[in-house]
Amino acid sequence: MRRYVVGRLLLMIPTLAGVAILTFVIMRAVPGDIVALQYAGSPVPQSVIDEQRHLLGLDKPMWTQFTDWMGQIAHFDLGQSLWTGHPVVEEIQIRLPLSIELAVLATLLAVTIAIPLGVLAAVRQDSWVDYLIRVFSIGGLAMPSFWIGIVMILTTITLFGWAPPLVFTPFTEDPIANLAQLILPAIAVGYRYSAVSMRMTRSTLLEVLREDYVRTARAKGVGERMVVVRHALRNALLPVITVVSLEFAFLIGGLVVTEQVFNLNGIGKLLVDAVAHRDYTLIQSLVLLLAAVFVLVNFVVDMVYVVLDPRIRYS
Amino acid sequence: MLKHRHIAALSVAFALLLAACSPKATGTGSLTPAPAGEQPHPGGTLTFIVNAEPPSFDGHRETTFALLHPIAPHYSTLYKFDPGDLTKVIPDVAAAMPEVSADKLSYNITLRTDVKFHDGSVMTSEDVVATYNKIIFPPTGVLSPRAGAYAAVESISAPAKDKVQFKLKYPSASFGTNLASPWNFIYSAAKLKTDIHWYEKNIDGTGPFTYVSNTKGQDWVGKKNPDYFAKDKSGVQLPYLDGYKALIITDATAEVNAVRSKQAMIEFRGFTPQQRDDLSRALPNDLAIQEAPWICVNYVVPNTKKKPFDDVRVRQALTLAIDRYAGSTALQKITIVKDVGGLMRPKGPFAQSDADLQKIAGFGTDAKANKDKAKQLLADAGVPNLTFKFLNRNITTPYEPVAVFVLDQWKQVGINATHDVKETSAYQADLRAGNFDVALDFNCDFLDEPDLQLAKFWSASGLGKGLNFAYYDDADLDKKIDAQSRETDPAKRLALVADIEKYAMDTKAYQYPVLWWYRIIPYLNVVRGWRIGSNHYTNQDLATVWLAQK
Repeated sequence: MRRYVVGRLLLMIPTLAGVAILTFVIMRAVPGDIVALQYAGSPVPQSVIDEQRHLLGLDKPMWTQFTDWMGQIAHFDLGQSLWTGHPVVEEIQIRLPLSIELAVLATLLAVTIAIPLGVLAAVRQDSWVDYLIRVFSIGGLAMPSFWIGIVMILTTITLFGWAPPLVFTPFTEDPIANLAQLILPAIAVGYRYSAVSMRMTRSTLLEVLREDYVRTARAKGVGERMVVVRHALRNALLPVITVVSLEFAFLIGGLVVTEQVFNLNGIGKLLVDAVAHRDYTLIQSLVLLLAAVFVLVNFVVDMVYVVLDPRIRYS
Repeated sequence: MLKHRHIAALSVAFALLLAACSPKATGTGSLTPAPAGEQPHPGGTLTFIVNAEPPSFDGHRETTFALLHPIAPHYSTLYKFDPGDLTKVIPDVAAAMPEVSADKLSYNITLRTDVKFHDGSVMTSEDVVATYNKIIFPPTGVLSPRAGAYAAVESISAPAKDKVQFKLKYPSASFGTNLASPWNFIYSAAKLKTDIHWYEKNIDGTGPFTYVSNTKGQDWVGKKNPDYFAKDKSGVQLPYLDGYKALIITDATAEVNAVRSKQAMIEFRGFTPQQRDDLSRALPNDLAIQEAPWICVNYVVPNTKKKPFDDVRVRQALTLAIDRYAGSTALQKITIVKDVGGLMRPKGPFAQSDADLQKIAGFGTDAKANKDKAKQLLADAGVPNLTFKFLNRNITTPYEPVAVFVLDQWKQVGINATHDVKETSAYQADLRAGNFDVALDFNCDFLDEPDLQLAKFWSASGLGKGLNFAYYDDADLDKKIDAQSRETDPAKRLALVADIEKYAMDTKAYQYPVLWWYRIIPYLNVVRGWRIGSNHYTNQDLATVWLAQK
């Protein structure tokens, strides 16, 4: 097991290196130039553009730019944003707490809704309860979270003249202000997220409930609640955990439109701005960060499998 | 399918419910910045929106309004535009208007002696000289995109602690006004001497507000500078506000929601007509609106390096086909364009009369005659069914509707142009590489000044390098632009500029405007003491802004 864990951890290095190379090449292949954008629409002479490209090192050969960047990464230095000149770490640090908190809130909300309702839909299959839950979950899948967000904002503004605060306040500083800003986006995102997890919980639980060992448990006279919760749900949760974990990883950097709608200063918005500005160092670092989150989450999920299902052994 | 219909029906019902809850429109609000006789009320914090993030904090090196709106309140300039009359230049840290020598080659400026930087040090002529040396004669590694605007300057010196002298190589018509450039923040000579890049990441000005904080991507906060040198006409210490908070909001819907929920009071760049109307409906009693022509314009730019756009007849046909007056009527309802004009802002100090403008190809009011002539020119050039790609950027306001209008106009004379919409960065790359047939370019300036508005018209391999995307070289036009720049007699200069307009838009038809932009600022009517101008760069130090008590 230890060998497996070490092997998996070491495998992360070439995976992330691959991501780094791919991102670097793709960004250089995409047309556009940060300096031209910086001075777009202004009568700025070409000499100034050339000077700025030189100062940013963009006139160096691509190979040199890549080795310079990889050299920095090897020293755990993500470099400086080409747009703001500030350290990339600083740019990320400002946005990461909000993105993590939103992801956690949305996940908590999704899991709290999805698992009980998914179980209920499975054990009451084809009853009116099942139909109602299915309508609720299909609604979540059909409506994009940003649209739900826009409707929620318009509703609160129209009815109460209130919209979520535009400035992030850390939970530790003022929990009420913090939740006032994040609860609506968490609901908007959590609803869609719960719909996916709910459907998954229902279908896997239905599958497990038809397994031989469940029939055996019932034949032995084990109570239905115990059969569902103790015997069936534990096994049914494995794919649900995978879905929930990957969604969580996605939420860290993937809430681009929702962040725009609620004006949240998160990682998704930072990434979109970086791409729009062709801020190569920031894009490369963010993609690397998000890839690292996915790789780590995958790793943790694999480890959780072992805890939940004693039949799984890694060697 | 049935479920989808149910969802759709529920959505429609919900939308109708929202519409029913929305207050009805009651007009466009007040155009008056402050009721007559009302006295400024000190105190309060102004919250406003900035819809982009400044790259650095250095006004000398950046060109975006996203720097000026949050950062200009920290700084003073030598001269500035009068907040009460934005066409007039008044002293800022200067004590009076410059004394100009008879040969117009020497500008002597006396400075105020009561100006202090936020760190407590006293501002002297040494600081002004260091500031202007950085702008006009930047050392290697220092960017100064506007250095060219001061090409006439030979030297800057400080004859005394409160005196600055600019010596020019030749008389310059625009030099005096350019001293009021909102970008020319006065910096500390000591700070620049220690590190010429210090101001890229730090703030220390002499302006009405001191720096408090900046959270990237979120906000910028300033507070009242108790040592600010200026007082109002009644002798009250400026600024009136206790402070300000600039909220960075990049999404247009979120901007409107911020004003609608009263979390932001104003956005100084401009909203669309629809956004204005939405806010008017939602806040009928709390909204004021100011509107003004804008020194921003979209140009149609044929690439003269590509066939058949190297043929002047084709270029003339392209401009003749556009009925700008019909465009104005239609587009002003949906986007931020309005006035028909030449290379100078319509109704501005350098604009031609309507009668003179209408003599220029494409600006006449007989649309049918213009289109017939365009068809004839295309036939003469051997391209009656001209086909090409029209490069544009993927920004809705106003680029997309303007381009759609132009494409339709061209279709009416047999031109089959494809709308080639690209993301801004890719669009810029194509413009700069000359990788396009015809493009929709744009320009914004802080001042009605031919030297600025004609910057894109210099020869592409000369002073127009990186600016002139029509890619022509024309020594005659260069001479004309240079001559107007040196002409200090206003009437003669006006005539020279009119001649350039005729030459560049008609005789050679190098590049030509579609419509000039129109600025619309809906804001909470508690904001007083701010007047809209013809640009979104000047009048942003907020010294005279105040908040009415309700």
